[in-house]
Amino acid sequence: MTTKKYESYYVPAQSHWPIVGAVALFMIAFGAGNYVTDIKNDVGGYGGYLLLAGIALVIYMVVGWFSNVINESMSGKYSHQMDQSFRQGMSWFIFSEVMFFAAFFGALLYARTLSIPWLDGEGNNAMTGAVLWPEFTATWPLIKTPDGTETTAMGWYGLPLINTILLLTSSVTAHFAHVALEKNNRPQLKAWLGLTIVLALVFLSLQVLEYAHGYSDEMQLYLTSGIYGNTFYMLTGFHGLHVLLGCIMLIVMFFRILKGHFTPENHFAFQAASWYWHFVDVVWVFLFVFVYIL
Amino acid sequence: MTTETVNESLDESHDDEHHDHKMTGIKRWLYTTNHKDIGTLYLWFSFIMFLTGGALAMVIRMELFQPGLQIVEPDFFNQLTTVHGLIMVFGAIMPAFTGFANWLIPMMIGAPDMALPRMNNWSFWILPFAFAILIGSFFMESGAPNFGWTFYAPLSTTYSNGSTAFFVFAVHIMGISSIMGAINIVVTIMNLRAPGMTYMKMPLFVWTFFITAYLLIAVMPVLAGVVTMVLTDTYFGTSFFDAAGGGDPVMFQHIFWFFGHPEVYIMILPAFGIVSTIIPAFSRKQLFGYTSMVYATASIAFLSFIVWAHHMFTTGMPLAGELFFMYATMLIAVPTGVKVFNWVATMWRGSMTFEVPMLFSIAFVILFTIGGFSGLMLALTPVDFQYHDTYFVVAHFHYVLVTGSLFSIYAGAYYWLPKWTGHMYNDSLAKWHFWCSLISVNLLFFPMHFLGLAGMPRRIPDYALQFADFNKWVSIGGFAFGLSQLIFLAVVIKCIKGGDKAPAKPWDGAEGLEWTVASPAPYHTFSTPPKID
Repeated sequence: MTTKKYESYYVPAQSHWPIVGAVALFMIAFGAGNYVTDIKNDVGGYGGYLLLAGIALVIYMVVGWFSNVINESMSGKYSHQMDQSFRQGMSWFIFSEVMFFAAFFGALLYARTLSIPWLDGEGNNAMTGAVLWPEFTATWPLIKTPDGTETTAMGWYGLPLINTILLLTSSVTAHFAHVALEKNNRPQLKAWLGLTIVLALVFLSLQVLEYAHGYSDEMQLYLTSGIYGNTFYMLTGFHGLHVLLGCIMLIVMFFRILKGHFTPENHFAFQAASWYWHFVDVVWVFLFVFVYIL
Repeated sequence: MTTETVNESLDESHDDEHHDHKMTGIKRWLYTTNHKDIGTLYLWFSFIMFLTGGALAMVIRMELFQPGLQIVEPDFFNQLTTVHGLIMVFGAIMPAFTGFANWLIPMMIGAPDMALPRMNNWSFWILPFAFAILIGSFFMESGAPNFGWTFYAPLSTTYSNGSTAFFVFAVHIMGISSIMGAINIVVTIMNLRAPGMTYMKMPLFVWTFFITAYLLIAVMPVLAGVVTMVLTDTYFGTSFFDAAGGGDPVMFQHIFWFFGHPEVYIMILPAFGIVSTIIPAFSRKQLFGYTSMVYATASIAFLSFIVWAHHMFTTGMPLAGELFFMYATMLIAVPTGVKVFNWVATMWRGSMTFEVPMLFSIAFVILFTIGGFSGLMLALTPVDFQYHDTYFVVAHFHYVLVTGSLFSIYAGAYYWLPKWTGHMYNDSLAKWHFWCSLISVNLLFFPMHFLGLAGMPRRIPDYALQFADFNKWVSIGGFAFGLSQLIFLAVVIKCIKGGDKAPAKPWDGAEGLEWTVASPAPYHTFSTPPKID
């Protein structure tokens, strides 16, 4: 404790970005609420436009807010203690993301190990099986739901396996980029980070291909195809969104590195992006095991 | 005055573009990064929400004053109970505690501000928008959510009145707000403590908020997940909670209560922290068993993750599950008992005085314990089969949330009002507030135990004739309690406008760094950290 240095802690003066962000979130929430309600009621409305405007405003807010922070950081206003605050904040944010995915993994495991066998009469649920859907047999992946929707299961070989290799490799290259940054080897840093971004983009493209394959007439694996399709698309979809976000972070880092930002000692933003990247990678490993293989 | 000197010493560390760092007018509040401003915003917002949610409760009690339907339609009654619950949980109690955290944690640990001040502003300002959407849904075509604050599927999915989307997105924003607020609290406590303030030297108040913040970070994302599943089930054809597609409505309850049970501790652990600060101050003794208090708080937090299905005894689960959740729940009585014992032991042979914060704290200890006992009764699986979804449950959670959480918030508000405003509150008016609240709240909630034991179901706008007498008294208690809260509003406004000048430390038994600075606390405190021995 006592060895820690207590420099003066930078407390920013007023900022208008948070209230811009609050208005943006309101537009997103209210717009999205109207949008999905109107779709369900099959009427037109302004919800979609409000949603898009909200997203645009959020992007504007993030750019403005972060450039303030970058300028403060580059002009040396931040202390070691501030850096720690950012790091801890980012770690707890990632932890909250882990818990978000945990809810969906929980749903997957609950359906597989409990609700589907129960619907087939397991345990003391013989009457549930006999009365509700006597034809139903429990399988996983659930290719035929109790009400008779049929689908096919996505195999783990092929695209998913390639994607796993891509993402695992990208985690390694991201680590090499970090090592290069700490050694102040800028050319290597650019090369490794660039490679990581390429791998990320290939992953995302293959993921789109996989979805197209799933939605083809051949596979008929839709978001609405019962609990298997639900968990498949929700888990891989949210993961894909997080990969996209992580990829954008890495691209921003790449351009900041081109502009000469970051030193071996001071590179919180790069560290955060790379943590985030490792996080989406670990989530994918769980996805690959629980969604694709098992 | 101290304000000037502190401000001057801080100027050099400030952004040069903004010379005037204490703006006036609306911009001060919209753009602020100051933990005290943001704390004030949280506290006022929560009080406005409390009065709004209370107004809904008044309508509920009017309807229930007599048997039969007289004032509202059953569907609107459902909307009232739903939005009352959501407002009180997410709009009144939680933001009030975040307001306390913002105002006090930096001062208690000798920090210049919260660790991430801009994010702090954002955490607050998204909340009014979320509640604008939620409350605004009353005026939409669909009406407000009518499926209970617990939004059980399929009430919120298949049988929704069409308000689900607005509900879901409003809850998303509330969740984002809570997560960011909690991250800020954790980082501030981990990183900004003054030199020498080790974890075990932190005030217990800080400890309870620290542990609460962890609970929030762990479970608010799960709430986000479950509302997302409700959204896709309702609007995008998924079947997470529909057996026809291989899902299960019971799964909804499991995921929801995995969030929901830690959530109830999120609303009571900070109350423990406030009461543990006030009782020693007015007993003029150290808190009895500080270390055991810390461990008890941590144990309660841990146990809160493994007891969720005690809300679901009648829903149906394997016998082993029922037994596990019954025993795990009863285990919580142990650390909670440690706390109650410690509070009583702190008062034992103390030179006690009974200022208003202390009155609310003592009422808290007694009435919260009553809520704890009815909780123990509800934890017994076979007994719960009888009590489930009756007014006994309503009585139980209102004892822990109103005479528990809310009373602690009042205790804390009276205790720190001199620090916040620089004036002493009007003592006789405050005592009126306390005694009116105490009597009316018991008239309001105590008979509900008997109604529940006799079988009156909750969330129903009508009831059998046999329940009429008790309901009449409950409603009278409710109106009296509601009106009594206006006294508090008067006390606070009077206190802000004037009153006796408060010294830096108005309570002679009070301890902590916040009493070492002037009253009202200067706009910036501890720009350089104090040294703690």
